[in-house]
Amino acid sequence: MSTIFGNLCCMFRRCLFSVLSIGPIPDHIAFIMDGNRRYAKRTQISTGHRVGFSALISVLRYCYEIGVKYVTIYAFSIDNFKRKPEEVQSTMDLMKEKIDELLEEHSIVNKYGIRMNFWGNLNLLNDAVRLSVEKAMRNTSNNTGPVLSVCVAYTSTNEIAHAIEKSCCQKTEMMKRMHANGFENGVVEKNTQTMVTVVDLEMHLFSNDCPDPDIIIRTSGETRLSNFLLWQSSFSHLQNPTPLWPEFSLRHLVWAILSYQRAYPYLQNRSKKML
Amino acid sequence: MLATSKLRCQLFVPNLPKSIKRPATNHCAAGSPSFIGKSKACSARVSAGEAPITFPRGGGKDGDDEGDFPFGLRREALPKHVAVIMDGNGRWAASRGLPTASGHVAGYKALKLMVELSCRWGIRVLTVFAFSSENWLRPKPEVDFLMTLFENVLKEDLRDLLREDIRICIIGDSSKLPKTLQKMSTEVEEISHRNSRLDLVVALSYSGRTDIVQACQKIAQKVKNGILHPEDITETCVAQELETSSAVGYPYPDLLIRTSGELRLSNFLLWELAYTELYFSQSHWPDFGEDEYVEALRAFQKRQRRFGLRTAL
Repeated sequence: MSTIFGNLCCMFRRCLFSVLSIGPIPDHIAFIMDGNRRYAKRTQISTGHRVGFSALISVLRYCYEIGVKYVTIYAFSIDNFKRKPEEVQSTMDLMKEKIDELLEEHSIVNKYGIRMNFWGNLNLLNDAVRLSVEKAMRNTSNNTGPVLSVCVAYTSTNEIAHAIEKSCCQKTEMMKRMHANGFENGVVEKNTQTMVTVVDLEMHLFSNDCPDPDIIIRTSGETRLSNFLLWQSSFSHLQNPTPLWPEFSLRHLVWAILSYQRAYPYLQNRSKKML
Repeated sequence: MLATSKLRCQLFVPNLPKSIKRPATNHCAAGSPSFIGKSKACSARVSAGEAPITFPRGGGKDGDDEGDFPFGLRREALPKHVAVIMDGNGRWAASRGLPTASGHVAGYKALKLMVELSCRWGIRVLTVFAFSSENWLRPKPEVDFLMTLFENVLKEDLRDLLREDIRICIIGDSSKLPKTLQKMSTEVEEISHRNSRLDLVVALSYSGRTDIVQACQKIAQKVKNGILHPEDITETCVAQELETSSAVGYPYPDLLIRTSGELRLSNFLLWELAYTELYFSQSHWPDFGEDEYVEALRAFQKRQRRFGLRTAL
Protein backbone atom coordinates (compact mmCIF):
# COMPACT_ATOMS: atom_id res chain seq x y z
CA MET A 1 0.00 0.00 0.00
CA SER A 2 2.80 2.39 0.96
CA THR A 3 4.62 1.45 -2.27
CA ILE A 4 1.55 2.35 -4.33
CA PHE A 5 1.25 5.64 -2.46
CA GLY A 6 4.96 6.28 -2.93
CA ASN A 7 4.67 5.63 -6.67
CA LEU A 8 1.65 7.92 -6.92
CA CYS A 9 3.59 10.70 -5.17
CA CYS A 10 6.49 10.16 -7.52
CA MET A 11 4.21 10.36 -10.54
CA PHE A 12 2.55 13.50 -9.24
CA ARG A 13 5.94 15.07 -8.65
CA ARG A 14 7.06 14.25 -12.18
CA CYS A 15 3.91 15.85 -13.59
CA LEU A 16 4.47 18.91 -11.45
CA PHE A 17 8.09 19.21 -12.59
CA SER A 18 7.04 18.83 -16.23
CA VAL A 19 4.70 21.77 -15.82
CA LEU A 20 7.40 23.78 -14.06
CA SER A 21 9.81 23.04 -16.89
CA ILE A 22 7.67 25.01 -19.30
CA GLY A 23 9.34 28.03 -17.74
CA PRO A 24 13.06 28.56 -17.19
CA ILE A 25 14.63 26.29 -14.59
CA PRO A 26 17.49 27.84 -12.63
CA ASP A 27 20.88 26.25 -13.23
CA HIS A 28 22.15 26.99 -9.75
CA ILE A 29 20.32 27.39 -6.44
CA ALA A 30 22.15 28.27 -3.22
CA PHE A 31 20.67 27.67 0.22
CA ILE A 32 21.37 29.25 3.59
CA MET A 33 19.88 26.50 5.73
CA ASP A 34 18.76 28.61 8.67
CA GLY A 35 16.45 27.58 11.50
CA ASN A 36 17.56 24.12 12.64
CA ARG A 37 17.98 25.12 16.25
CA ARG A 38 14.72 27.05 16.38
CA TYR A 39 13.01 24.00 14.90
CA ALA A 40 14.51 21.78 17.59
CA LYS A 41 13.35 24.16 20.32
CA ARG A 42 9.85 24.37 18.88
CA THR A 43 9.45 20.61 18.47
CA GLN A 44 11.35 19.82 21.66
CA ILE A 45 13.92 17.55 20.10
CA SER A 46 17.54 17.55 21.18
CA THR A 47 19.07 18.84 17.95
CA GLY A 48 17.62 20.18 14.74
CA HIS A 49 20.67 19.47 12.59
CA ARG A 50 19.78 15.82 11.95
CA VAL A 51 16.29 16.77 10.83
CA GLY A 52 17.90 19.53 8.82
CA PHE A 53 20.11 16.99 7.06
CA SER A 54 17.03 14.91 6.11
CA ALA A 55 15.43 18.02 4.71
CA LEU A 56 18.59 18.67 2.71
CA ILE A 57 18.52 15.21 1.12
CA SER A 58 14.89 15.69 0.08
CA VAL A 59 15.58 19.15 -1.34
CA LEU A 60 18.59 17.88 -3.25
CA ARG A 61 16.51 15.11 -4.75
CA TYR A 62 13.81 17.54 -5.86
CA CYS A 63 16.37 19.98 -7.27
CA TYR A 64 18.13 17.34 -9.33
CA GLU A 65 14.80 15.89 -10.54
CA ILE A 66 13.65 19.32 -11.65
CA GLY A 67 16.90 19.79 -13.55
CA VAL A 68 18.88 22.13 -11.33
CA LYS A 69 22.51 21.37 -12.13
CA TYR A 70 24.27 23.10 -9.24
CA VAL A 71 23.24 23.30 -5.61
CA THR A 72 25.33 25.15 -3.02
CA ILE A 73 24.66 25.01 0.69
CA TYR A 74 25.99 27.08 3.58
CA ALA A 75 26.77 24.37 6.11
CA PHE A 76 29.15 26.05 8.54
CA SER A 77 30.51 29.58 8.60
CA ILE A 78 33.91 30.61 9.97
CA ASP A 79 31.87 32.83 12.32
CA ASN A 80 30.15 29.73 13.72
CA PHE A 81 33.45 28.64 15.28
CA LYS A 82 32.74 31.38 17.85
CA ARG A 83 29.85 29.32 19.24
CA LYS A 84 30.22 27.15 22.33
CA PRO A 85 32.96 24.52 21.84
CA GLU A 86 30.61 21.64 22.58
CA GLU A 87 28.15 22.85 19.93
CA VAL A 88 30.95 23.27 17.39
CA GLN A 89 32.26 19.78 18.16
CA SER A 90 28.86 18.13 17.85
CA THR A 91 28.29 19.91 14.53
CA MET A 92 31.67 18.72 13.28
CA ASP A 93 30.93 15.15 14.39
CA LEU A 94 27.58 15.22 12.63
CA MET A 95 29.18 16.65 9.50
CA LYS A 96 31.73 13.83 9.37
CA GLU A 97 29.03 11.24 9.93
CA LYS A 98 26.86 12.63 7.16
CA ILE A 99 29.70 13.08 4.66
CA ASP A 100 30.66 9.44 5.19
CA GLU A 101 27.00 8.44 4.72
CA LEU A 102 26.86 10.32 1.45
CA LEU A 103 29.72 8.21 0.12
CA GLU A 104 27.89 4.96 0.76
CA GLU A 105 26.59 2.99 -2.14
CA HIS A 106 22.88 3.62 -1.66
CA SER A 107 23.22 7.34 -1.09
CA ILE A 108 21.85 10.14 -3.23
CA VAL A 109 25.40 10.94 -4.37
CA ASN A 110 25.71 7.66 -6.19
CA LYS A 111 22.11 7.65 -7.38
CA TYR A 112 22.53 10.94 -9.25
CA GLY A 113 26.28 10.81 -9.90
CA ILE A 114 26.79 13.96 -7.84
CA ARG A 115 30.18 15.66 -7.81
CA MET A 116 30.88 17.14 -4.40
CA ASN A 117 32.87 20.31 -3.75
CA PHE A 118 33.78 21.67 -0.35
CA TRP A 119 34.41 25.39 -0.29
CA GLY A 120 36.10 27.04 2.65
CA ASN A 121 39.24 27.28 4.71
CA LEU A 122 39.47 23.54 5.22
CA ASN A 123 42.56 23.92 7.42
CA LEU A 124 40.23 25.17 10.15
CA LEU A 125 38.49 21.81 10.30
CA ASN A 126 39.66 19.09 12.65
CA ASP A 127 41.63 16.25 11.06
CA ALA A 128 38.76 13.75 11.05
CA VAL A 129 36.37 16.05 9.21
CA ARG A 130 39.03 17.31 6.83
CA LEU A 131 39.96 13.76 5.86
CA SER A 132 36.30 12.92 5.19
CA VAL A 133 35.95 16.07 3.12
CA GLU A 134 39.03 15.30 1.05
CA LYS A 135 37.88 11.73 0.54
CA ALA A 136 34.44 12.90 -0.62
CA MET A 137 35.97 15.31 -3.14
CA ARG A 138 38.40 12.68 -4.39
CA ASN A 139 35.79 9.91 -4.71
CA THR A 140 33.32 12.09 -6.59
CA SER A 141 35.73 14.09 -8.73
CA ASN A 142 34.98 12.03 -11.85
CA ASN A 143 31.22 12.10 -11.42
CA THR A 144 29.44 13.80 -14.28
CA GLY A 145 26.06 14.42 -12.71
CA PRO A 146 24.86 17.49 -10.87
CA VAL A 147 27.15 19.35 -8.50
CA LEU A 148 26.75 19.82 -4.75
CA SER A 149 28.99 22.48 -3.25
CA VAL A 150 29.15 22.54 0.54
CA CYS A 151 30.44 25.72 2.14
CA VAL A 152 32.14 24.70 5.36
CA ALA A 153 34.55 26.81 7.41
CA TYR A 154 33.57 29.41 4.85
CA THR A 155 32.96 33.09 4.57
CA SER A 156 32.84 34.98 1.33
CA THR A 157 35.28 37.65 2.50
CA ASN A 158 37.72 34.88 3.40
CA GLU A 159 37.18 33.35 -0.05
CA ILE A 160 37.90 36.67 -1.78
CA ALA A 161 40.99 37.36 0.35
CA HIS A 162 42.20 33.85 -0.42
CA ALA A 163 41.63 34.42 -4.17
CA ILE A 164 43.61 37.66 -4.01
CA GLU A 165 46.46 35.88 -2.25
CA LYS A 166 46.49 33.12 -4.86
CA SER A 167 46.36 35.65 -7.70
CA CYS A 168 49.29 37.59 -6.25
CA CYS A 169 51.30 34.40 -5.74
CA GLN A 170 50.64 33.36 -9.31
CA LYS A 171 51.73 36.72 -10.71
CA THR A 172 54.81 36.78 -8.51
CA GLU A 173 55.79 33.31 -9.76
CA MET A 174 55.23 34.47 -13.32
CA MET A 175 57.58 37.43 -12.78
CA LYS A 176 60.26 35.21 -11.26
CA ARG A 177 60.01 32.78 -14.17
CA MET A 178 60.32 35.57 -16.68
CA HIS A 179 63.37 36.96 -14.93
CA ALA A 180 64.87 33.46 -14.72
CA ASN A 181 64.28 32.98 -18.46
CA GLY A 182 66.27 36.08 -19.17
CA PHE A 183 63.48 38.52 -19.94
CA GLU A 184 64.51 42.13 -19.52
CA ASN A 185 63.02 44.11 -16.65
CA GLY A 186 61.09 46.28 -19.04
CA VAL A 187 59.41 43.28 -20.69
CA VAL A 188 58.56 41.71 -17.33
CA GLU A 189 57.15 45.01 -16.16
CA LYS A 190 55.01 45.36 -19.26
CA ASN A 191 53.62 41.86 -18.93
CA THR A 192 52.78 42.20 -15.27
CA GLN A 193 51.62 45.80 -15.37
CA THR A 194 48.09 44.91 -14.54
CA MET A 195 49.04 42.54 -11.78
CA VAL A 196 45.61 41.10 -11.15
CA THR A 197 42.45 41.32 -13.24
CA VAL A 198 38.89 40.26 -12.59
CA VAL A 199 39.57 37.09 -14.58
CA ASP A 200 42.48 36.19 -12.29
CA LEU A 201 40.35 36.83 -9.24
CA GLU A 202 37.41 34.73 -10.46
CA MET A 203 39.75 31.91 -11.42
CA HIS A 204 40.89 31.61 -7.82
CA LEU A 205 37.50 31.76 -6.16
CA PHE A 206 36.26 28.40 -4.86
CA SER A 207 33.33 28.72 -7.26
CA ASN A 208 35.48 29.05 -10.38
CA ASP A 209 33.87 26.10 -12.15
CA CYS A 210 30.27 26.96 -11.17
CA PRO A 211 28.00 29.60 -12.65
CA ASP A 212 26.74 32.29 -10.27
CA PRO A 213 23.60 31.27 -8.36
CA ASP A 214 20.34 32.13 -10.07
CA ILE A 215 18.54 32.01 -6.73
CA ILE A 216 19.79 32.36 -3.15
CA ILE A 217 17.28 31.10 -0.60
CA ARG A 218 17.61 31.77 3.11
CA THR A 219 15.04 29.98 5.22
CA SER A 220 13.45 31.06 8.50
CA GLY A 221 12.63 34.50 7.18
CA GLU A 222 16.00 36.03 8.03
CA THR A 223 17.02 38.77 5.70
CA ARG A 224 20.78 38.85 5.28
CA LEU A 225 23.49 36.95 3.45
CA SER A 226 25.72 36.40 6.50
CA ASN A 227 28.88 36.53 4.41
CA PHE A 228 27.70 33.93 1.90
CA LEU A 229 28.67 34.16 -1.81
CA LEU A 230 28.87 37.96 -1.76
CA TRP A 231 30.76 38.17 -5.08
CA GLN A 232 28.62 35.52 -6.75
CA SER A 233 25.30 36.93 -5.47
CA SER A 234 25.65 40.14 -7.46
CA PHE A 235 22.68 39.44 -9.74
CA SER A 236 21.05 36.51 -7.92
CA HIS A 237 17.36 36.47 -7.12
CA LEU A 238 17.17 36.65 -3.31
CA GLN A 239 14.40 34.88 -1.41
CA ASN A 240 13.68 34.51 2.29
CA PRO A 241 10.80 32.09 2.86
CA THR A 242 9.43 31.98 6.39
CA PRO A 243 9.66 28.21 7.08
CA LEU A 244 12.59 27.00 9.14
CA TRP A 245 15.06 24.85 7.21
CA PRO A 246 13.70 21.45 8.40
CA GLU A 247 10.25 22.63 7.24
CA PHE A 248 11.43 23.59 3.75
CA SER A 249 9.64 21.17 1.48
CA LEU A 250 8.71 20.51 -2.12
CA ARG A 251 5.99 23.18 -2.23
CA HIS A 252 8.42 25.83 -0.96
CA LEU A 253 10.94 24.85 -3.61
CA VAL A 254 8.27 24.96 -6.32
CA TRP A 255 7.18 28.39 -5.09
CA ALA A 256 10.78 29.55 -5.12
CA ILE A 257 11.20 28.49 -8.74
CA LEU A 258 7.88 30.06 -9.74
CA SER A 259 8.99 33.36 -8.13
CA TYR A 260 12.22 33.14 -10.08
CA GLN A 261 10.33 32.45 -13.30
CA ARG A 262 8.15 35.53 -12.68
CA ALA A 263 11.25 37.69 -12.35
CA TYR A 264 13.07 35.94 -15.19
CA PRO A 265 12.08 38.30 -18.07
CA TYR A 266 13.43 41.25 -16.08
CA LEU A 267 16.62 39.32 -15.18
CA GLN A 268 17.21 38.37 -18.80
CA ASN A 269 16.59 41.92 -19.97
CA ARG A 270 19.19 43.16 -17.53
CA SER A 271 21.80 40.59 -18.47
CA LYS A 272 21.30 41.26 -22.19
CA LYS A 273 21.98 44.95 -21.56
CA MET A 274 25.22 43.99 -19.90
CA LEU A 275 26.53 41.86 -22.77
CA MET B 1 12.69 57.77 -26.60
CA LEU B 2 14.10 60.85 -24.95
CA ALA B 3 15.00 63.61 -27.38
CA THR B 4 18.18 65.26 -26.19
CA SER B 5 17.00 68.72 -27.21
CA LYS B 6 14.00 68.39 -24.93
CA LEU B 7 15.95 67.35 -21.90
CA ARG B 8 16.42 70.14 -19.45
CA CYS B 9 17.56 69.64 -15.98
CA GLN B 10 14.85 71.49 -14.18
CA LEU B 11 13.73 70.38 -10.80
CA PHE B 12 10.16 70.46 -11.91
CA VAL B 13 7.49 67.84 -11.74
CA PRO B 14 4.08 68.71 -13.19
CA ASN B 15 0.97 69.03 -10.99
CA LEU B 16 2.85 69.59 -7.79
CA PRO B 17 0.91 69.99 -4.59
CA LYS B 18 2.27 72.61 -2.22
CA SER B 19 3.45 70.32 0.52
CA ILE B 20 3.76 66.69 1.47
CA LYS B 21 0.75 65.45 3.33
CA ARG B 22 1.85 63.13 6.08
CA PRO B 23 -1.00 60.76 6.95
CA ALA B 24 -2.29 60.96 10.50
CA THR B 25 -2.59 57.21 10.91
CA ASN B 26 0.24 54.73 11.14
CA HIS B 27 0.38 52.61 8.00
CA CYS B 28 3.26 50.39 8.91
CA ALA B 29 2.79 46.64 8.61
CA ALA B 30 4.10 45.56 11.98
CA GLY B 31 4.62 41.88 12.68
CA SER B 32 4.97 40.68 9.09
CA PRO B 33 7.82 38.18 8.82
CA SER B 34 8.40 38.93 5.15
CA PHE B 35 11.11 41.40 4.38
CA ILE B 36 9.20 42.77 1.43
CA GLY B 37 7.59 45.88 2.86
CA LYS B 38 4.25 46.60 1.30
CA SER B 39 3.63 50.21 0.44
CA LYS B 40 0.46 51.33 2.13
CA ALA B 41 -1.24 53.57 -0.38
CA CYS B 42 -3.21 56.30 1.23
CA SER B 43 -5.65 58.14 -0.96
CA ALA B 44 -4.67 61.42 0.63
CA ARG B 45 -0.96 60.75 0.52
CA VAL B 46 1.33 62.41 -1.94
CA SER B 47 4.36 60.48 -3.08
CA ALA B 48 7.75 61.85 -2.15
CA GLY B 49 8.54 62.41 -5.79
CA GLU B 50 5.55 64.60 -6.47
CA ALA B 51 6.15 67.30 -3.91
CA PRO B 52 8.72 70.03 -3.83
CA ILE B 53 11.18 69.42 -1.05
CA THR B 54 13.85 71.68 0.21
CA PHE B 55 16.45 71.00 2.79
CA PRO B 56 15.40 72.13 6.29
CA ARG B 57 16.42 75.64 7.19
CA GLY B 58 18.12 76.02 10.55
CA GLY B 59 17.65 72.37 11.38
CA GLY B 60 19.32 71.28 14.59
CA LYS B 61 21.71 68.43 15.18
CA ASP B 62 20.25 64.99 15.72
CA GLY B 63 18.36 64.75 18.92
CA ASP B 64 17.04 68.30 18.75
CA ASP B 65 13.82 67.29 17.02
CA GLU B 66 12.31 64.88 19.55
CA GLY B 67 8.82 65.95 18.58
CA ASP B 68 9.36 64.74 15.02
CA PHE B 69 10.78 61.34 15.92
CA PRO B 70 8.48 58.64 14.54
CA PHE B 71 6.32 56.72 16.94
CA GLY B 72 7.51 53.19 17.61
CA LEU B 73 11.13 53.71 16.56
CA ARG B 74 13.84 53.47 19.18
CA ARG B 75 16.47 56.09 18.60
CA GLU B 76 19.22 54.00 20.21
CA ALA B 77 18.48 51.08 17.89
CA LEU B 78 18.57 52.99 14.63
CA PRO B 79 21.06 51.78 12.04
CA LYS B 80 24.17 53.91 11.85
CA HIS B 81 24.59 53.31 8.13
CA VAL B 82 21.73 52.94 5.67
CA ALA B 83 22.34 52.01 2.03
CA VAL B 84 19.73 52.46 -0.68
CA ILE B 85 19.29 51.07 -4.18
CA MET B 86 17.00 53.74 -5.64
CA ASP B 87 15.14 51.58 -8.16
CA GLY B 88 11.98 52.30 -10.08
CA ASN B 89 12.22 55.85 -11.46
CA GLY B 90 11.47 54.70 -15.00
CA ARG B 91 8.55 52.52 -13.98
CA TRP B 92 7.15 55.28 -11.79
CA ALA B 93 7.21 57.66 -14.76
CA ALA B 94 5.77 55.07 -17.15
CA SER B 95 2.86 54.37 -14.80
CA ARG B 96 2.00 58.07 -14.96
CA GLY B 97 2.50 58.45 -18.68
CA LEU B 98 5.53 60.66 -18.07
CA PRO B 99 8.96 60.52 -19.72
CA THR B 100 11.72 58.67 -17.87
CA ALA B 101 13.45 61.97 -17.15
CA SER B 102 10.52 63.00 -14.96
CA GLY B 103 11.00 59.80 -13.00
CA HIS B 104 14.63 60.66 -12.34
CA VAL B 105 13.73 64.17 -11.21
CA ALA B 106 11.05 62.78 -8.92
CA GLY B 107 13.60 60.27 -7.67
CA TYR B 108 15.93 63.10 -6.79
CA LYS B 109 13.20 64.68 -4.66
CA ALA B 110 12.74 61.39 -2.84
CA LEU B 111 16.48 61.33 -2.19
CA LYS B 112 16.41 64.82 -0.73
CA LEU B 113 13.61 63.77 1.59
CA MET B 114 15.57 60.74 2.70
CA VAL B 115 18.63 62.87 3.38
CA GLU B 116 16.50 65.27 5.42
CA LEU B 117 14.95 62.46 7.46
CA SER B 118 18.29 60.72 7.98
CA CYS B 119 19.79 63.95 9.31
CA ARG B 120 16.82 64.53 11.56
CA TRP B 121 16.80 61.05 13.04
CA GLY B 122 20.54 60.75 13.56
CA ILE B 123 21.55 58.26 10.86
CA ARG B 124 25.28 58.75 10.44
CA VAL B 125 25.93 57.43 6.93
CA LEU B 126 23.64 57.21 3.93
CA THR B 127 24.97 55.45 0.84
CA VAL B 128 22.92 55.70 -2.33
CA PHE B 129 23.30 53.80 -5.59
CA ALA B 130 22.85 56.62 -8.06
CA PHE B 131 24.40 55.13 -11.21
CA SER B 132 25.86 51.67 -11.69
CA SER B 133 28.54 50.60 -14.15
CA GLU B 134 25.82 48.62 -15.93
CA ASN B 135 23.72 51.78 -16.35
CA TRP B 136 26.17 53.05 -19.01
CA LEU B 137 24.36 50.63 -21.34
CA ARG B 138 21.12 52.61 -21.09
CA PRO B 139 20.08 54.83 -24.03
CA LYS B 140 22.48 57.73 -24.50
CA PRO B 141 19.87 60.47 -24.06
CA GLU B 142 18.93 59.02 -20.67
CA VAL B 143 22.57 58.71 -19.61
CA ASP B 144 23.32 62.27 -20.74
CA PHE B 145 20.28 63.53 -18.86
CA LEU B 146 21.39 61.77 -15.70
CA MET B 147 24.92 63.17 -15.93
CA THR B 148 23.48 66.66 -16.34
CA LEU B 149 21.10 66.07 -13.44
CA PHE B 150 23.94 64.93 -11.17
CA GLU B 151 26.02 67.97 -12.06
CA ASN B 152 23.20 70.42 -11.52
CA VAL B 153 22.26 68.78 -8.24
CA LEU B 154 25.80 69.13 -6.92
CA LYS B 155 25.92 72.73 -8.11
CA GLU B 156 22.54 73.88 -6.87
CA ASP B 157 22.30 72.03 -3.58
CA LEU B 158 25.86 72.46 -2.41
CA ARG B 159 25.04 75.43 -0.20
CA ASP B 160 22.20 73.55 1.48
CA LEU B 161 24.37 70.51 2.00
CA LEU B 162 27.11 72.59 3.58
CA ARG B 163 24.64 74.40 5.81
CA GLU B 164 23.26 71.08 7.00
CA ASP B 165 26.78 69.88 7.83
CA ILE B 166 26.57 67.03 5.32
CA ARG B 167 29.75 65.51 3.97
CA ILE B 168 29.64 64.24 0.40
CA CYS B 169 31.71 61.30 -0.81
CA ILE B 170 31.58 60.03 -4.36
CA ILE B 171 32.59 56.42 -5.01
CA GLY B 172 32.85 54.63 -8.32
CA ASP B 173 34.86 54.82 -11.51
CA SER B 174 34.98 58.58 -12.00
CA SER B 175 37.09 58.25 -15.16
CA LYS B 176 33.95 57.44 -17.14
CA LEU B 177 32.09 60.54 -15.92
CA PRO B 178 32.07 63.74 -17.99
CA LYS B 179 35.05 65.93 -17.12
CA THR B 180 32.85 68.70 -15.75
CA LEU B 181 31.11 66.28 -13.41
CA GLN B 182 34.45 64.83 -12.30
CA LYS B 183 35.66 68.33 -11.47
CA MET B 184 32.43 69.21 -9.68
CA SER B 185 32.55 66.00 -7.65
CA THR B 186 36.11 66.62 -6.51
CA GLU B 187 35.29 70.19 -5.52
CA VAL B 188 32.19 69.17 -3.57
CA GLU B 189 34.11 66.46 -1.73
CA GLU B 190 36.87 68.89 -0.82
CA ILE B 191 34.55 71.65 0.32
CA SER B 192 32.43 69.34 2.46
CA HIS B 193 35.09 67.07 3.89
CA ARG B 194 35.05 68.67 7.34
CA ASN B 195 31.29 68.24 7.76
CA SER B 196 30.19 65.67 10.27
CA ARG B 197 26.43 65.46 10.71
CA LEU B 198 25.79 62.99 7.93
CA ASP B 199 28.09 61.24 5.45
CA LEU B 200 26.25 61.07 2.13
CA VAL B 201 28.04 58.54 -0.07
CA VAL B 202 26.95 58.66 -3.69
CA ALA B 203 27.84 55.63 -5.79
CA LEU B 204 28.33 56.93 -9.35
CA SER B 205 29.50 54.67 -12.17
CA TYR B 206 29.97 52.12 -9.42
CA SER B 207 30.35 48.34 -9.38
CA GLY B 208 30.86 46.30 -6.22
CA ARG B 209 32.97 43.80 -8.09
CA THR B 210 35.13 46.48 -9.67
CA ASP B 211 35.71 47.96 -6.22
CA ILE B 212 36.96 44.59 -4.97
CA VAL B 213 39.18 44.21 -8.05
CA GLN B 214 40.73 47.66 -7.57
CA ALA B 215 41.40 46.76 -3.92
CA CYS B 216 42.99 43.56 -5.15
CA GLN B 217 45.16 45.49 -7.60
CA LYS B 218 46.38 47.88 -4.91
CA ILE B 219 47.32 44.90 -2.77
CA ALA B 220 49.03 43.22 -5.72
CA GLN B 221 51.04 46.38 -6.29
CA LYS B 222 52.18 46.31 -2.66
CA VAL B 223 53.21 42.68 -3.12
CA LYS B 224 55.08 43.58 -6.30
CA ASN B 225 56.87 46.40 -4.50
CA GLY B 226 57.86 44.08 -1.66
CA ILE B 227 55.78 45.95 0.94
CA LEU B 228 53.51 42.97 1.57
CA HIS B 229 53.93 39.20 1.30
CA PRO B 230 51.09 37.22 -0.33
CA GLU B 231 50.68 35.06 2.78
CA ASP B 232 50.08 38.21 4.85
CA ILE B 233 47.03 39.21 2.79
CA THR B 234 44.05 39.21 5.14
CA GLU B 235 40.43 40.30 4.95
CA THR B 236 41.42 43.46 6.82
CA CYS B 237 43.95 44.28 4.08
CA VAL B 238 41.23 43.96 1.46
CA ALA B 239 38.65 45.92 3.46
CA GLN B 240 41.08 48.81 3.93
CA GLU B 241 41.54 49.22 0.18
CA LEU B 242 37.84 49.40 -0.68
CA GLU B 243 36.50 52.83 -1.61
CA THR B 244 33.99 52.85 1.24
CA SER B 245 36.56 52.27 3.96
CA SER B 246 38.45 55.46 3.24
CA ALA B 247 35.23 57.38 2.63
CA VAL B 248 33.38 56.99 5.89
CA GLY B 249 33.67 56.07 9.56
CA TYR B 250 31.03 53.31 9.35
CA PRO B 251 31.76 51.58 6.07
CA TYR B 252 29.43 48.60 6.55
CA PRO B 253 25.72 49.28 6.08
CA ASP B 254 23.47 48.02 8.85
CA LEU B 255 20.46 48.22 6.55
CA LEU B 256 20.08 48.03 2.78
CA ILE B 257 16.82 49.22 1.23
CA ARG B 258 15.93 48.43 -2.35
CA THR B 259 12.75 49.84 -3.82
CA SER B 260 10.39 48.68 -6.57
CA GLY B 261 10.20 45.11 -5.41
CA GLU B 262 13.28 43.76 -7.19
CA LEU B 263 15.02 41.14 -5.04
CA ARG B 264 18.70 41.47 -5.90
CA LEU B 265 21.83 43.43 -5.05
CA SER B 266 22.74 44.38 -8.64
CA ASN B 267 26.47 44.60 -7.96
CA PHE B 268 26.11 47.14 -5.15
CA LEU B 269 28.70 47.13 -2.38
CA LEU B 270 28.84 43.28 -2.06
CA TRP B 271 31.79 42.95 0.36
CA GLU B 272 30.28 45.57 2.64
CA LEU B 273 26.89 43.82 2.68
CA ALA B 274 28.20 40.69 4.43
CA TYR B 275 26.01 41.16 7.51
CA THR B 276 23.66 43.86 6.34
CA GLU B 277 19.93 43.46 6.91
CA LEU B 278 18.18 43.53 3.55
CA TYR B 279 14.82 45.24 3.13
CA PHE B 280 12.93 45.18 -0.16
CA SER B 281 10.14 47.69 -0.59
CA GLN B 282 7.43 47.35 -3.21
CA SER B 283 7.27 51.13 -3.68
CA HIS B 284 9.01 52.66 -6.63
CA TRP B 285 11.78 55.01 -5.54
CA PRO B 286 9.93 58.32 -6.15
CA ASP B 287 7.11 57.00 -3.94
CA PHE B 288 9.47 56.08 -1.08
CA GLY B 289 8.57 58.68 1.51
CA GLU B 290 8.64 59.07 5.25
CA ASP B 291 6.10 56.33 5.90
CA GLU B 292 8.06 53.84 3.85
CA TYR B 293 11.33 54.82 5.50
CA VAL B 294 9.82 54.44 8.96
CA GLU B 295 8.46 51.02 7.97
CA ALA B 296 11.92 49.94 6.83
CA LEU B 297 13.53 51.17 10.04
CA ARG B 298 10.85 49.46 12.12
CA ALA B 299 11.48 46.19 10.28
CA PHE B 300 15.20 46.63 10.95
CA GLN B 301 14.63 47.18 14.65
CA LYS B 302 12.64 43.94 14.91
CA ARG B 303 15.49 41.85 13.57
CA GLN B 304 17.95 39.86 15.58
CA ARG B 305 21.46 40.26 14.28
CA ARG B 306 23.62 37.36 15.42
CA PHE B 307 26.75 37.60 13.21
CA GLY B 308 27.16 33.81 13.28
CA LEU B 309 26.63 33.45 17.00
CA ARG B 310 23.63 31.96 18.76
CA THR B 311 22.32 35.03 20.56
CA ALA B 312 21.71 38.47 19.10
CA LEU B 313 24.35 41.11 19.77
